Amino acid sequence: MSTGAPTASEVPAVAMKPAAGSDFALRLRANSEYVAIPAFALLMAALLFALFLLAIGKSPIDFVAYVWRGGFGTAFSFQNTLQRSSPLILTALAVAIPARIGLIMIGAEGALVLGGFAAAAIAVPMIGVAPPFLTLAIMVVAAIAVGGLWVGIAGYLRYARGVNETIASLLLTYIGIAIMNFFVEGVLRDASNPNKPSTKPLGDAYMVGKIPGTDVHWGFAVGVLLAIALYILMTRTTFGFAARVTGGNFRAALAQGLPVGKLIVSCAMIAGGCAGLAGFFEVAAIQGRANASLAAGYGFTGILVSFLARHNPLVIVPVAILFGGLVASGGLIQRRMDLPDATVLVLQGLIFVVLLTSETLYGRFAFFKPIKGRDRT
Amino acid sequence: MSVAQMLPPAVTTKGPSLETIGMTKVFGSLVALNDVSIKVPAGSFHALLGENGAGKSTLVKCIMGFYIPDKGALKLDGQEVAVHNPRDAQALGIGMVYQHFTLVPSLTAAENLVASRADAPAVINWRKERRELETFLDRMPFRVPLDRPVSSLAAGEKQKLEILKLLYLNQRFLILDEPTSVLTPGEADEILGLLRDMAHRGEITVAMISHKFREVEAFCDDVSVLRRGAKVGGGKVGVLTTREMAAMMIGDAVIRQSAARVDPPRIGASLEIAGLFVENDEGRDAVAGFDLKIKSGEIVGIAGVSGNGQSELVEALSGQRPIKMGQVLINDQDFEPKRDHFYRFKVFGLPEEPLKNATVPTMSVAENMAFRSFDKPPIASMKWWLSPEPMRAQARDLIARYNVKTPTPDTPIRDLSGGNVQRAVLARELSVDVDVLIVANPCFGLDFVSVADIRAQIMDQRNRGAAVLLVSEDLDEILELSDRIAVISEGKVAYLTPAAGADRTTIGRYMAGH
Repeated sequence: MSTGAPTASEVPAVAMKPAAGSDFALRLRANSEYVAIPAFALLMAALLFALFLLAIGKSPIDFVAYVWRGGFGTAFSFQNTLQRSSPLILTALAVAIPARIGLIMIGAEGALVLGGFAAAAIAVPMIGVAPPFLTLAIMVVAAIAVGGLWVGIAGYLRYARGVNETIASLLLTYIGIAIMNFFVEGVLRDASNPNKPSTKPLGDAYMVGKIPGTDVHWGFAVGVLLAIALYILMTRTTFGFAARVTGGNFRAALAQGLPVGKLIVSCAMIAGGCAGLAGFFEVAAIQGRANASLAAGYGFTGILVSFLARHNPLVIVPVAILFGGLVASGGLIQRRMDLPDATVLVLQGLIFVVLLTSETLYGRFAFFKPIKGRDRT
Repeated sequence: MSVAQMLPPAVTTKGPSLETIGMTKVFGSLVALNDVSIKVPAGSFHALLGENGAGKSTLVKCIMGFYIPDKGALKLDGQEVAVHNPRDAQALGIGMVYQHFTLVPSLTAAENLVASRADAPAVINWRKERRELETFLDRMPFRVPLDRPVSSLAAGEKQKLEILKLLYLNQRFLILDEPTSVLTPGEADEILGLLRDMAHRGEITVAMISHKFREVEAFCDDVSVLRRGAKVGGGKVGVLTTREMAAMMIGDAVIRQSAARVDPPRIGASLEIAGLFVENDEGRDAVAGFDLKIKSGEIVGIAGVSGNGQSELVEALSGQRPIKMGQVLINDQDFEPKRDHFYRFKVFGLPEEPLKNATVPTMSVAENMAFRSFDKPPIASMKWWLSPEPMRAQARDLIARYNVKTPTPDTPIRDLSGGNVQRAVLARELSVDVDVLIVANPCFGLDFVSVADIRAQIMDQRNRGAAVLLVSEDLDEILELSDRIAVISEGKVAYLTPAAGADRTTIGRYMAGH
């Protein structure tokens, strides 16, 4: 090559240092970069947020204490946290799966809202008629199908028309919320509820129960199982392999004749299905009806969770629990510290900005780059 | 404050002499340039020869101020000068012509010239500039049309304009980085001839990076040879033989002999392309009515000036670009570039720059080697389930057979050197029966040893009965490997000739579109 940086082949053999340590230790060291840098980003964001709190005259130490108390300190608060983390796991999966095929999809909020709305709407004529189990099954299918379709649209537009999937999925979110509002304030409005426009309530008999012995609904268990299943799908199946090839190098995937269109739309639909399922649990386990509270921002926090977990489905679970704790302690912080509820959003925003900035740090530290046994040609 | 700013701007009209003394540049643990001293006398045409990665471009970048050498000095006309950045080099009258054009395509030649001036005024008096440009061109041995947009100029004219630009900026020491790779042989000879004549009249001094022995021998006066960052030899062109220069470039590495052409024992498949139309990114027909038939056991080389539809042709055949119209037949059956057809018709490909075009850099060597086989037994079971152990076993086998140097099969492929990435891709694409092979610039950016190895592998596939389509920007490569040569011009076959007895001049004429 006559331009560009010199490659290893330019060096005399003397310049190569032998690799130190065992192979496993080297790999561990190289991979620890993926833990150390996000952890560093979290720390930096925490410091910035502490400055923010000090600037408005609040104590960062109090803040930490209340997050602990409100999110993790007691059995009650920890169960609350797990409950809150359930939609975060699912919406983070909705970001992680498209990320594996090279797409940045941020439309989980819309798929969650529409999925939850579809579940609530399809249940209306069945309440009191069909048995609860059948009704819930149909609600699940409706939520997954509608959510999958919604994000699937963004995937299809990306593949067939080259429309930027990030913008498309974000805008589809606003359309989705508007569609729900249109129905909830119109034909599907429950006339007996004068305060907040909502669909007809499901009633206790048609609600999803708690995991036995806990106060956590089944959505959490489903989220964990789905995270494991999708991890296996992406790492141990031909579908996941083809998706990773497509995400890693689109031109190479084409040259291998892979069905890239199908792969992209499938990943988008899986993503939407996950978010739709989150909507189902919000309706059938928490709210009991569909209304504007569905758009509570879980879809957006899920983006942050997935990025912090580096789009690894298994890592998403603990990260989602961490953020679930933040969300869960929001009320306590608001009351005790006299802070607006947007404070937690400030923290989330700071984490996201610092995290994205920290992406540029990868590969810059010699410590994580034990000299590899590069062979010259 | 840099030396260049202290000196008055060079307004000489003579080519200066240039000397590097003990240039050394180290990147981390890589010694890219090791104590290199070369001397280019005033008014001479000097060639810098060397393998890819030998340090030629590092040396040139140190001279141009893109890199600051760790050690060493630069002398211009016998005086030591300091170059801290490219602007210093420009002020000293050292200019460079890059491999790829640096002109603004939508502007005219006149606009490009005036805009390149550092002191171009905010409001340009075009009438005055035009007059000055005309007087400037009158002093030059060649000229280009001033008023047409550069995009409408032929490659040779663009290259002339690049050189004129340097002369217009009063740069008298010209560094050319493989200046002929985008030119037809005719254009290359014309431009190099003009430069040599100017140098011999003392108007300029030229240093040219090249790896084309033919050009070096025909036009250059002296040569310096680099290998692995060090100067390993040099001397007068004409005294040194090609063999001696090649030996200096390669060192003691063993080069694989090109496989002999033998008649294939089996009859594989024939590839027929009929009336093919393929659009480029702008929606114009880059391939426009391309017809070609390749028999089993035959290599057909596609020669042409780059940008005449070669890359679109290859992309269409390998599924990276939709076919607008026309047919591709393998053994008289319709072929579509889809995975099951690749498999059924045994179609494989070696693209240029394999790390970019044929691998996923972040995936492991084993995974990259499984791109063809991951969805078939033994790696896949029940169509869906992927087993890593057979994948690793396959990789270990291929790594051994194709001599791929990698620490483990699980190493990300981006950590391998260029030649080893190329070998890993070769192993994936050529380790099974191949009926149709589509090859594009297979040796781009590789060193001598890898090049010889890859050419031998391609010949080997031909000898085993594959129909091979070889697209290359290197005419010598096409002449060496092909059974027949097709010249592509404006998206169709302009000329088809058996390679035996093919005439370089005739091919060049058709490449130029005559």
